Amino acid sequence: MAMLDIRDLHVAFPSGKTTEVEALRGVSVRLEKGERLGVVGESGAGKSMLAFAILNLIAEPGRVSKGEVVFHGENLLEMSGRDIRGIRGNRISMIFQDPMVTLNPVLSIGTQMIETLKAHRRISDAEARKLYIARLREVAIPSAESRMDAYPHELSGGLRQRVVIAIALLTEPELIIADEPTTALDVTIQAEIMALILKLCRENDVALILITHDLGVVAEVTERIMIMYAGLCVETGPTRQIIKAPRHPYTAGLLKALPQFAGRGHRLYQIPGSMPPITALPPGCAYHPRCEWASAECKVKIPPLEEGCACFHPLDQTEAAS
Amino acid sequence: MTDAAVTDRAAPDAPATDAIVETRGVEVRFALPTHFLSREKPVLHALNTVDIAIRPGESFCVVGESGCGKTTLGRAIIGLLKPSAGEIYFNGQRIDTMDEATRKPIRRDMQMVFQNPYASLNPRRNVFETLAEPIRHLMPEKSQSETRAQVEEVLDATGCDPSWQRKLPHEFSGGQRQRIAIARALVTNPAFIVADEPISALDVSIQAQILNLMSDLQDERGLTYLFITHDLSVVEHFGTRVAVMYLGRVMELAETETLFAAPKHPYTQLLLDAIPRIEGGSFDNPKPPGELPDPVNMPPGCPFTPRCAIAEERCRTERPELRRLENGAQVACHFAD
Repeated sequence: MAMLDIRDLHVAFPSGKTTEVEALRGVSVRLEKGERLGVVGESGAGKSMLAFAILNLIAEPGRVSKGEVVFHGENLLEMSGRDIRGIRGNRISMIFQDPMVTLNPVLSIGTQMIETLKAHRRISDAEARKLYIARLREVAIPSAESRMDAYPHELSGGLRQRVVIAIALLTEPELIIADEPTTALDVTIQAEIMALILKLCRENDVALILITHDLGVVAEVTERIMIMYAGLCVETGPTRQIIKAPRHPYTAGLLKALPQFAGRGHRLYQIPGSMPPITALPPGCAYHPRCEWASAECKVKIPPLEEGCACFHPLDQTEAAS
Repeated sequence: MTDAAVTDRAAPDAPATDAIVETRGVEVRFALPTHFLSREKPVLHALNTVDIAIRPGESFCVVGESGCGKTTLGRAIIGLLKPSAGEIYFNGQRIDTMDEATRKPIRRDMQMVFQNPYASLNPRRNVFETLAEPIRHLMPEKSQSETRAQVEEVLDATGCDPSWQRKLPHEFSGGQRQRIAIARALVTNPAFIVADEPISALDVSIQAQILNLMSDLQDERGLTYLFITHDLSVVEHFGTRVAVMYLGRVMELAETETLFAAPKHPYTQLLLDAIPRIEGGSFDNPKPPGELPDPVNMPPGCPFTPRCAIAEERCRTERPELRRLENGAQVACHFAD
């Protein structure tokens, strides 16, 4: 049995008085223990929605309209508030994009770490202190003891995100969901933080769902990848394989558009148009208006996800390589 | 300024006198709020003696981490900030000391594209108003119909639909807004454009569209760009020359090919190593956190010393000046060769 099994997840938001629009339109994904999955997509593709839905954190007026999130055999979406609080931040931790927003500005780092521990463990202050100093050391924060009394504004962006990671690791989770953990940071700090997340996941056998729009980061960190477009998974599979030979035209387009693949002075490959908003999805495959392979079938029918690719005209490997 | 210093700054094939934009020893200082009990007047040095010469028709890229002064440099050149010291030239004319009336005709030749198209467009102005404003302000001699023609011409050149003119910014996606922002910068037919992180706020599939648009416009109109970015993979594709900045100083200045083939400054090497690569491998060895020194109380030596792997005692006391290496790159490091 997979550690996490998401089955046909739909998230809907009301639009107007009686109708609803779907931000997630049926996403299924499985994750084994210690596995690292990258979720890639443009803004509005539904990748953050997926992260929130896993922990049943979809804010009103949105709701999970269909589907299951099964974690070790239990459906998280049907759990009582009390039960799910035992999992959130404990067995499944989250790291969000902006550490300045995640951390409470009026509490010291130490207080926030003790709070997390005490919420989930019966533990004395002295023990908690020992544990979190060890964690702060693990995330390579220099002079950890003296930093515990610091407030978030006294730390740089990179150090703050290290503190968030230390808090996420405190309860020894089995799964970390990281939603654009380095988007707000500089490239050099991004490299430090991602290297750290990668190392800690490997050492502690923690599974990771990494949500990002950066294919380079995904390629570096994850083993499996899921490309999302307009609320659906359009392609999924082993990271190396997809990056080498993408089969969905959207994935292929994203990869080809990267500046590092175009020669200097040559034009970049560009995907025409932009992703439609969820309120105005075209019929059939949502990508068809931008797709050069689109046929009549694509305009009326949504292609099912088969063998990791949701496309009626998947690129074959030789074509993609050329 | 001696002749030798002038030729030293630019490559041998392009003397500095040809530069479209040139800065000489530009400094920008910001006075920080003082504590009411303290006599100290803290000052932040956002730019420290920056000398660059931008050649006509090139894409001059400025890269660095946040807080390195790259945006301040762009704003000082365009005239949104007054430098505290130093000189700025445009086509040989000194512009930083000009009064507003003399500077106005020059402003049509220098325009700017900002990072966030959600913030840089006035939400209550339709596209026509947004685009007509620079013409009315900077080219008052233009008639109503000439203005209209010019707006339509620039919309066409930037791939915007003529029907957009009556629409408001909220009706557009991020990529479309950035096209409008570029159209606004182009509407006065400038020769020089400062683009401050023009694609960072956009989605991946849109970034390529905007970069291609900017290259096409450069080819068609012979534009010169000052392209400010933190993304080195964009620089590699787009830039003619690159200046790597760190805490208000230029650490390395070189042709793009030279810089990527053989980065000389340890900071440039650090930046290049940090780029996530599709092939993998950049993130395998976690590094200890790199701390920027306090820009208010800068240490006397090289500002990169605390993060530098090859720093020696000399680096802590003596600040390296930019010097030219054999491969043509200019590097501010005692040990680069």
